[in-house]
Formats: sequence, C-alpha cells, structure tokens
Amino acid sequence: MNLAVAAEAPGRPATTTPAAVDLSGVHRTFGAIRAVDGIDLHLELGEIAALLGPNGAGKTTTIDMILGLSQPDQGTVTVLGMAPSEAISRGLIAAVLQTGGLLKDLTVRETVRLTASVFATARPVDEVLERAGIDGIGDRLVRACSGGEQQRLRFALALLPDPALMVLDEPTAGMDVEGRRDFWTAIRRDAAQGRTVLFATHYLEEADAYADRIILLRQGRIVADGTAAEVRNLSTGRSVRATLPDADQATLSALPGVRSVEIRGDRVLIQSLDSDSVARYLLGSTAAHDVEIVAHNLEEAFLALTGDGSPG
Amino acid sequence: MSAPLPGTQHAFDARRRPPMGGFNRTFLLIEVRRLLRNRRTVVLTLVVPAILFLLLKSDRRGIQLAGTVISPATTMIGIAVYGAMLAATSGGAMVSIERALGWSRQLRLTPLTPIAYIAIKVLMAMLLGLTSVLVVYTIGAFSGIEMAPIVWVLTAVLAWAASFVFASFGLFMGYLLPSENVMQAIGPTLGIFSLFGGLFIPVNLLPAVMQNIAPFVPTYGVAAIARYPLLGGAFDPVWLISVLFWTAIFGLAAMALFRRDTRRT
Repeated sequence: MNLAVAAEAPGRPATTTPAAVDLSGVHRTFGAIRAVDGIDLHLELGEIAALLGPNGAGKTTTIDMILGLSQPDQGTVTVLGMAPSEAISRGLIAAVLQTGGLLKDLTVRETVRLTASVFATARPVDEVLERAGIDGIGDRLVRACSGGEQQRLRFALALLPDPALMVLDEPTAGMDVEGRRDFWTAIRRDAAQGRTVLFATHYLEEADAYADRIILLRQGRIVADGTAAEVRNLSTGRSVRATLPDADQATLSALPGVRSVEIRGDRVLIQSLDSDSVARYLLGSTAAHDVEIVAHNLEEAFLALTGDGSPG
Repeated sequence: MSAPLPGTQHAFDARRRPPMGGFNRTFLLIEVRRLLRNRRTVVLTLVVPAILFLLLKSDRRGIQLAGTVISPATTMIGIAVYGAMLAATSGGAMVSIERALGWSRQLRLTPLTPIAYIAIKVLMAMLLGLTSVLVVYTIGAFSGIEMAPIVWVLTAVLAWAASFVFASFGLFMGYLLPSENVMQAIGPTLGIFSLFGGLFIPVNLLPAVMQNIAPFVPTYGVAAIARYPLLGGAFDPVWLISVLFWTAIFGLAAMALFRRDTRRT
C-alpha cells in the first residue's frame, strides 16, 4: 500500500510498484443517470478481481474509464501510474469486450497478425493463438467462428502486447457452458503467471470461482469489497445451528455479531456476522452439541446487497 | 544499464509506443487482401466501370450525339473518373462498416492512433481507385484508343486524383451513416454526380437544364481537368475551384465527424 502511494507521488520513483488501477472519487453521469456515483478503487498488481453487479450497476462505465474510452466527470483514473490512454499506447492494458469488435471477412490468424502489427512489440502470433486455445482454427474466417471461438480470439488479441493489466467486460455473456469453461481455463492459466485481471460479470458463480476479490457494485457505488467469503458474510453472515436445551434467547442475542436467534424446542438457529464467536461460546460455555455452521451462498449475499427492492 | 525490474514503474515507463502511430506495412497488406475478398467491392469498383466503358464507347469512331462525335478516349477518361470515384468512395465508406462492427472501438484499445487509421483508410481508397483507373485504361488500350503517351499518363493520373476527393467523401459518409450497407445509400448520389458531372456524356452535350446544374456537382471539375490533356483548349478556372471547393468541404466534414467519433467523452 505504501509503495503504491509513493508511486503516485510526483517524480514517480523508478523502482516502486504502482497500483494496477487507482480510481479516486470517480463520478460519471449520462444526463440524469448517475452511472458511476463516487467510486474509489485500488487494485494491486497481481490481483484477480471481479466487478460484480446487476445490469446498470455501473460496471461497463467503470471499465470504459479504466480503458480510457471515456472520461470521468469528477475524480481521477490512473492505470499503472499513468493515464489510461498512455498505458494503452504502450500496450500495458488489454481488454476483452462483450461483443463485436471483429472484422468478419478476416481469418482468425489475419486478425491476430493485423492487431499485432500496431504494437511496438508483440508476442508471436502462434503463441497467442495457442494460449487462447484457437491454434486449430487460424485459417477460419471470423464470420464462421462460434461465439466462444470469437471470444477466445478477442482474448488472443488481448494477449498480444503481454499487458500488465487485462480487463474483461462480461467476457462470457452469451456463451454456452462448455464455451465458458474453456474460456475461463485459458484465462486462469494465463493469470497464474502473475497478470492482473479485472473482469466484470453478473454471473455470481464466475466471480466466486475465478476472482480473489469481489467488488460489488450497486447503482454506481461499491457496496462490498473483499474476498468471496467476506462478501458473503457482509450481508447475512452465517447461520449457526445447535442442539441446546433451555437456551436463553437474551444471552444468545447479546453475543457479538448476532442478528437473530430462533429457538425451536431444543434446536437453536442463530444468524451471525461472527459465527466463530457464536460457536466458541456455544461449545465452551454451554452444553450445546451438534453445532453446525452454514455459510450463505454468494447469491443470497448478492441479492441482499444489490436488491433492497430498488431497481438495480 | 540493467533492465528495469519487472512490475516497477520504471518497467512500465520503459515500454515503447509504436512508430508512426502504428501505421505499418503488414496492416496495409492485410487490408488489401480483405478488400479483394469482398466480392461486392471488386464487382462495383472494377467490373462495373469496365462494362460501362465497353457499352458506352461504341466503336472505334465513338458515338454520335446531337451531331457531335464523342471519341472513345473522352468516354474512357470519364469512366476512369467514375471508377476512381466509386472505388474511393466505397474505400472511404468502409469506416462505416468498421464502426458498425465495433472494430473502430477495438482499435482504440490498441496503440494505433486515429490519424494513422485514417491514413490507412485513405491509402486503401486511393489504391482501389488506382486499380479501377488501370482496369479501364487497359481495356481502352486493347480496344484501339490512340493517344500520345504523355496524354495517357497525364489523364490517368488526373482521373486517379479524383479518388482523393471521393475518399474524403466516402469517409464523410462513413462517419455520417452508421450502416453496414452504406454504399447502397450513397450509390444513387454517385449516379447523379456522374450524370450531371459529365462523366458518361460530356457536359456540353447535356440538355440545357443539366448544363446549368453541372458546375455545382463534385465531379464537374475533376472530369473536365482529367480530359484537359486530351481535349486542350481554354482552361476554365471554375474547374479548379470546383475541385478545391469539394475537397475542402468533404475533407472538413469528414474531419469534423471523425473528431466527434474519436473524442474521449
């Protein structure tokens, strides 16, 4: 953290490590719609982070600003210690966008060669085709490729400059299950080598399975930020169940983090943000047995944090 | 000096931008291949002018109209300008397709600068225009048209110069119309330009009403100047004014729309 702060200071010390992404007080409105309404986000190098949120939460707007495709009305966006457009021209950021962006009358290999030609230095064409898992279809016209193949082609293009930051906007939208799995296999293999990855998704299971960190957006703001487990806990915590005859509702309710206590005969059901303390108390200070701790799934957390009956 | 440590600010700052904004030969060559793959473009810009020329040139003596003979050479130059116009317009208008497909946006995620992109598009349009002129002139040469060698060269170069004006026109239309079928929309306009500008039938043989309109059509100046080395006579400054005026109009309009399109909003 200290290193990253130093990198933003004037003079940019050469040997410090800058933040992969640094958004500070970022706002962006479209007419009356506040697409991004005050976002601060600091992404370290090497992180794999998911921007999760329902449609209209501000994911794409945020990504467009990180890519320099649009400018914030207020606030600053820095990528790898420089302006996004600067990072783009040096091939330090690459992106895989949702759809489009390919010429149908080129072959897969021609598309890669054409794109490679505009970078100062690029990885070999065969290498990126292979890493994206499309080395077998190099001579196929783009128009003849499936949605999943086209998406892996976009990924191959993004690999060309060997970027420090890879940004993916809903990369698997519209793909079938197998296409999604193949796509994420390729991404994961690549990220294992230390690349920073930021992806937007509204598939919870993707965020859960592939991100180290989940940034939950709702109505242009960050409502939760942490590991998948932390985000799950943030909303509803976990439930602790135990068999405890003559349970005292008042004592249980007074434990740290407890949100509700239900007593059904000998069974107690406790919702808590701090399930560890509850379990410790139950096992250490009472006669409770058959203690179970159940984590809520991410979907429940997601709905609790982004829902609230308000339009997403 | 040792290489900068990976992952440091020094390493990121050391990464280079491409020379010439990303403009390069590989890009051009693949674009040429892509153009040739597009059957509609090839037919429109190479085959249509050739057929039109064969239909209009009649025989070696030319065609009679209102008691005046239009020589095959005059027709050939007019058709060459027509081909250059069609080719360059459709070349420029390719930006419309590329915008509709999201390719322009994809390119904005690369170091290719907008100016380099436009330069590539204009070059492609002019190359297509040159090919079209050469096809018409080759057919002309084989069908017995005789001109002094210098006149062949000068008229071909001047006809080709028309493609610069219309590459700008194509870019303008390409940025104006977000359509995958932009050529269908501007085809009729080009037809009117050709008729009124005297590409098929020289302006002095057109009906009086059309003759009055002709000087205001973008093809008027380029066609008259392209035929000048053949026909000689007095050089009308209006021709040059016409060329400069339309180049400026199309160029500025294309530039304004291009700025709007690439502005980081």
